[in-house]
Order: sequence, then structure tokens, then C-alpha cells
Amino acid sequence: MIKDITLGQYFPGDSTVHRLDPRFKIVISGIFIAMLFIGDHVICLEIGAIFVAMALILSLIPIKMIIKSIRPIIPILLFTSVFNLFFISGGMPLFEWKFIKITDAAVHTTIFMIVRIILLIAGTSLLTYTTSPIALTDAIERLLSPLKKIKVPVHDLAMMMTIALRFIPTLIEETDKIISAQKARGVDLDGSKLMDKVKAIVPIIIPLFVSAVRRASELATAMECRCYRGGEGRTKMRQLKSSIADYVSLGIAILFMASVIFINVLN
Amino acid sequence: MENFAESVNLDFKYDGEDVLVLKDINISFKQGEMTAVLGHNGCGKSTLAKHLNAILLPSGGTVYIDGIDTKDENRIYDIRQRVGMVFQNPDNQIVATIVEEDVAFALENLGVQSDEIRRRVDEALKAVGMYEYRMHAPHQLSGGQKQRVAIAGIIAMRPRCIVLDEPTAMLDPKGRAEVMKTVKELNSKYGITIILITHYMEEAAQCGRIIVMDRGKVLMDNSPKQVFSRVEELKAVGLDVPQVTELVYELNKYGLKLDTHIINENECCDALLKLLS
Amino acid sequence: MAILKTEELTYVYSQGTPFEKTAVDHVSLEIEKGEFVGVIGHTGSGKSTLIQHFNGLLKPTSGKIYLDGEDIWADKTKIRQVRFKVGLVFQYPEYQIFEDTVYKDIAFGPKNMKLSENEIDGRVRRTAVSVGLTEDILNKSPFELSGGQKRRVAIAGVMAMEPEVLILDEPTAGLDPKGRDMILSQISHYHKTTGCTVLLVSHSMEDVAKFASKILVMNDSKVFCYDKTAEVFKRTEEISSMGLSVPQIARVFNILKNKGLSFDEEVYTVKYAKELIIRELKKRGKI
Repeated sequence: MIKDITLGQYFPGDSTVHRLDPRFKIVISGIFIAMLFIGDHVICLEIGAIFVAMALILSLIPIKMIIKSIRPIIPILLFTSVFNLFFISGGMPLFEWKFIKITDAAVHTTIFMIVRIILLIAGTSLLTYTTSPIALTDAIERLLSPLKKIKVPVHDLAMMMTIALRFIPTLIEETDKIISAQKARGVDLDGSKLMDKVKAIVPIIIPLFVSAVRRASELATAMECRCYRGGEGRTKMRQLKSSIADYVSLGIAILFMASVIFINVLN
Repeated sequence: MENFAESVNLDFKYDGEDVLVLKDINISFKQGEMTAVLGHNGCGKSTLAKHLNAILLPSGGTVYIDGIDTKDENRIYDIRQRVGMVFQNPDNQIVATIVEEDVAFALENLGVQSDEIRRRVDEALKAVGMYEYRMHAPHQLSGGQKQRVAIAGIIAMRPRCIVLDEPTAMLDPKGRAEVMKTVKELNSKYGITIILITHYMEEAAQCGRIIVMDRGKVLMDNSPKQVFSRVEELKAVGLDVPQVTELVYELNKYGLKLDTHIINENECCDALLKLLS
Repeated sequence: MAILKTEELTYVYSQGTPFEKTAVDHVSLEIEKGEFVGVIGHTGSGKSTLIQHFNGLLKPTSGKIYLDGEDIWADKTKIRQVRFKVGLVFQYPEYQIFEDTVYKDIAFGPKNMKLSENEIDGRVRRTAVSVGLTEDILNKSPFELSGGQKRRVAIAGVMAMEPEVLILDEPTAGLDPKGRDMILSQISHYHKTTGCTVLLVSHSMEDVAKFASKILVMNDSKVFCYDKTAEVFKRTEEISSMGLSVPQIARVFNILKNKGLSFDEEVYTVKYAKELIIRELKKRGKI
């Protein structure tokens, strides 16, 4: 069932990482991503790994959860690995058979890529695991608020994101229900022909669309009733407050980044 | 008691249509009253409700809320803050992904300071008995709980009046009972004027006053006892009466002479005991 | 012979995850052909999960379901045929309407059954009449109709498949009293004229009291009781403590019983209450 997919990855908790200011967490994640891509030496990746490991330990998120978030990308990893292994030339050949040739450079690049992507996924899922979607949206809205000056509708975008997040579970549930209802009327979703499958989608998409429009219009009225009038003059209940921990974390991230750059320059 | 809300010769039709959805409606609501509005689907009761907080504006006549003309554009948010609305589908009125954020929504829109919002949100959640659920996501709640969150989101604005448009229609009996208990408490404890649109006659019987609408007009406006005693007229406009009232009506049709103003179980029991002893 | 039979039917949601929940727990039931069964239970009692097993939408985690004596999962490729024999109308069925005319939407199920054009036409017109839709509505867009009409179109869409068992999940939810009575009496009429088996799922004993010959009460994923309507109403106190609504009239007679005025039979409809009181008055020589 579609319902079983975990969406909105937030993993509630009260760890040091959970308590960090989401704005800082986003900036730190940005630094972390940059660190992974700038570093082209093994030590750089090791530094990245240490950074994630530290964050993971502090966040008290079970390692199982991280593995779970990496699992879906394994096929992509395998595919690109094979691709890299066979098509990167240069370096010493390690294995040769007819037209297939694998070089040490290819192995090196492939392992590098795999580790880099795994670290990337691990780091970013830590961000979503420890930060509620609403805090994330909030933080993005504030980080982007300087853009308001050049007429970017930052508040509206953030509002849209909040509503989308709010309605994802509702619409997933609804899709499940519509699929069941149409199956009960004989829709064959397991048909083998492509045409049959396309045909079977129509009775699901149309009701879903109609329902989304109805929900949107009802929600709009409800928001109007609660005095919604855009971002102007709006206040927030949750004030984002940065603490010493935030600055310390940011400092550590910058330190890690600096060492990566330093190693790069050395080589 | 002063009139909190009042409609004077209110007419309404949708743009580009000829049919009047509301015809010459003159009603008023006193502060602290609890009124049920009955009528079959399409009788105009929801349209009337939307006039009470300036979501719709009259095509003819005037609606006053706390003395403010709803056509006064400058005061539209004064009106909406005074009259809150709760709708039928609990899912389609919750905006935020966390309960307490949703309750804060209206206050944030009104530009209230953050510590004041915090205080009022906690207060509102406690008033509807949802304080322990403040960190939950809406989809983790039952229908009745979602509806109570929606009510909390309204009372955080400290309105003088709440209009509920079939708040219990999509709920199970447990959820319905929860919502009714909450609504009655808001009325008795805080003196909030309640206007409850419903299809459940037993809920209407718990209000102090019932308005029956039919084809855009007010057909009856009286106490539950008076309204429910007019069984035939109610059935003619597609409505029901509580089962106890119907029993009395049926027995009287047979030739007995029971009090036609019986609307709840205890009254019915007493009457039957007297009859049979 | 039982048309539907379950043996130790069990269904577990999200098995193997932290959200694992047993929704139906070792349910063994036999539903007789032609019966009108009221299925009641509060939200989360397992009633909705149970009925989705009857037409093979859900596959039991363990246990068996028999339709007309045949295990419906014996041959997986035939499960679609089961869905045509056991029609299921979901809650708020008007939200599954998708065709641009009422006619086409009602014809959707029969078309999937690969019936002949003639047969489909006959069925659409017949069921439209039985749910009280007039000829002129058939060519309208379903999205123009009122809520109550849409609901009836959706119900007709399942009835047109002429299933042997018709299951309706809360068919009256959200309707006004008139719409509610209309749909219930149409279902009852359909039951009488076609002789099919009907399962009516509801939160409210009041809805099912008038029509059901038997009532199945689900509680905590298990069958609380399954018996003749009058027998089930003997347990109103237990049932209302489960968070289900008992008809007001039944509550009145319960109070009377507690006050020492008891009748031999259970009272759950106004009509019956009237008869009983008049009979009692005559017996006591008051009229």
C-alpha cells in the first residue's frame, strides 16, 4: 500500500542536534555538501565521515534509520558504479578481458563516488530526521527573506510548502481509497498491456484531481476565516533563537571545511 | 441582552445568477445564545453562515456584527476575529503540520506578539482538551480530535461568536459527542455565542433556540420544544424530529393526549411512566 | 447455505514495522444468502478492513474466505470475478465519480465486466430508477448534481454490476435526514426486489435497526456478536459503552427497564415502540 511509504522523514527527539536552530542546520548542511564535493583526497572523505559520525552520535538517531534512507539509492549506486568501472580509462589496468578493462583509476573514482554519495545522503537525511518539516520551512523562509527586497514572494512560497507538506499524507490516503474503490468496480491495475494501464489511471487521476481542487477551495475559505492575508504584518509563534551551541556547531563545520580546503591545497 | 449579530432584509444571490439563495432574512443573535440552524441541503443555511463573518456579502440588505456593517472593508478582520467559523470537513481546515502551529495560525495572521500567541494557544488547546496532542501531526488524530483542533484555532482569536457548519457530519458517534461537549462548554463557561448548523436533531435539541430554514427563508425561529412540536411541517421540509418526539406524535395520532413538547429521553420516560401507571 | 464464510480470518497492517497492527483478529463468520446484515463498530474496530476482504481487495494475512463455498484466493487470477460478485460501495462514494455523464459513470462497472452494449444499457437504466434518478439526469455531468444525487449515482454504479452481495460502507454519512431516509429505503427496496445479500456498515444502530435482520458488532478487531437484530439490542448498554450510538428510543426503554417498567421484547424502532405501548395500555385497560 502506498500508505506504508514513510514521508516527512522527521524523527522526533530532543537531542543536541534536534535542538539546534534550523537555520544553522541548513547552513551547516550546505557547508557539509560543499566539503564533500570540494575534497578530492581520501582524507577529505574521512573528514566528512567523521563529521557525519559526530552528528549522528549527537542526534541519537538509530543507525538503522540512516541505512534505511540509503537503501533506496542502492540501485542507482550500482548502476553508476558499473558505468564508472568500465568506462573510465587511464591509470594502471587491473583487469583485462577482451574489450573489458578496469583500471586502478576507475576503481579509485568509483569508490570515491560511492562513499561521497552515501555520506551526502546520510548527512542530508540527518537534517530531515532531526528537523520537523515546519521548522525547515520556517528556516528557509527566514534565510531567504533578504530576497523579498527583489520581490521574490518568499512568504507565499513557504506557505505553499507548508500546505503541501500538510496535505501529502491526506492525499496519499485518498489515493489509496480511490484505487480500492475503482478496483471494486473492476478496474484492472495489473493488466499487462501499456494501453490498459494508461486507461486504468484515468479513473484514479480524475477523482483525485477533483478532490484536490475541492480541498483547496475549502482550505482557502477556512484560511480567509482565520484572517489570512498574506505575509504582510504576520508574526510567528515560534521564534527562532540561536544559542551558543549553534555558533559552536557552525564553527566546527567551518573548521572541518577549512581543513578540507587545506588538504586540497597541499596536494 | 444586546444583539451581537443581526441581519436586516438580507438578500443574496451568486454573481450572474437570478435565483435568490437567501430571501429577506431578518434575524438576530444575542450574545451568549446557543442556536441550532436546521434545513435540508441547499436551503441556504451555509450561505447564511458565511454572511456572519463577511466571507459573503449581502446582495441586498445589511448584516451587522457587533454593530459593524460587514460591507465595511476596513473592518473585515475585526469581524472575522469576532466571528470564527468551523467547517464540516476536519481535514480541509487545518493548515499546519503540527497541531499547535495550526492553532497559532489566526493569531500569526493578526500580528499578535509571539509570547502572547504562545499563551493563547496553550489556553485554547486546554479549553478543547487537546493540550497533550499539541505536538502531533493532524493526520495522526481522529476526526473528533481534528475538529477540536479546528475549534481551538478559532477560540485562540478570542471570538465572541463561533459558527459551526455541520461540524459533526463526518464524525463517528464518539467524535460527535466530543465536539458537542466542547461546544456546549465554550457556550456555558466563556459565554461564546454559538450558531450550530446540523442535521442531527438530538444535537439541535440541546440548543436554546432553533432556526429552521427552507428555500432561502426562515421558516421557524423558536425554542426546541416549540419547533419540534410541529412534526408534520418539519417532515414536509425534509427534516426529522428526535425519536422521542416522534413517538409522542405517533401516540397522539392514535388518540392519546401526551405533551407534544417532549424532546429528550427523561421527559419521554416520565410521560410514559405516568401513562402506564 | 452461507454465501460468505470466513475461517479464522486475520489481517495485520504494516507487518514487520513499528506500526504493525492487527486489524482483523481470527474472525470466523457465516453470512446466509439473502440476509440484510447491519455491520456496526466504532472507527478502528476492524469493520472496514473486514469488508474489504469480502471482495478480495485485501488478502488475509492468515485464514480463509469462501464465496459460495469457494476459497476466493484459490486462484488469484479469478479475483476480479469475485469483485463483480461482491459489490463494495465505499464511504463517500461520490468522490470516485469520474466520467463526464451520469450514464457513463454507472456503466463503468458493467463495462469492465465486458457485458454486451444492450445488457449494459438495460442495467444502467434499471439501477438509475431503483436509486430514484430520472432519465434526464443520465446525460448530465455528475459534477453538476447535488451531494445526495451524486451519492446515489455512485451507489448505482456498483448496483449495476448486479452483485450477489452488496456491501455499503456508511452510505448515509454526511447526508441530511431526507437524503438519509431516501438512500436507506432504496437499499432496502433493492434488497427485497433482487434478493441479494446486503451488508450495511454504520456507526449508528439507528440506521441499521429498521432494516437489518441480523447485526454484526465488531469491537477491537474481533466479532463482539453476530445475531438477530432483537438479540443484539438486548446488549445495548455494552454496545453504547463501545462508543456506538444506540437509537434514542432504545435508550428510553432501557431507562424504563431500570425504573422497573420492562417489556418482554427489545424496542429499537419508533413504530414498534408505539405498538408496544398501545398493546400495554389495552392490557392494563387504560384505553
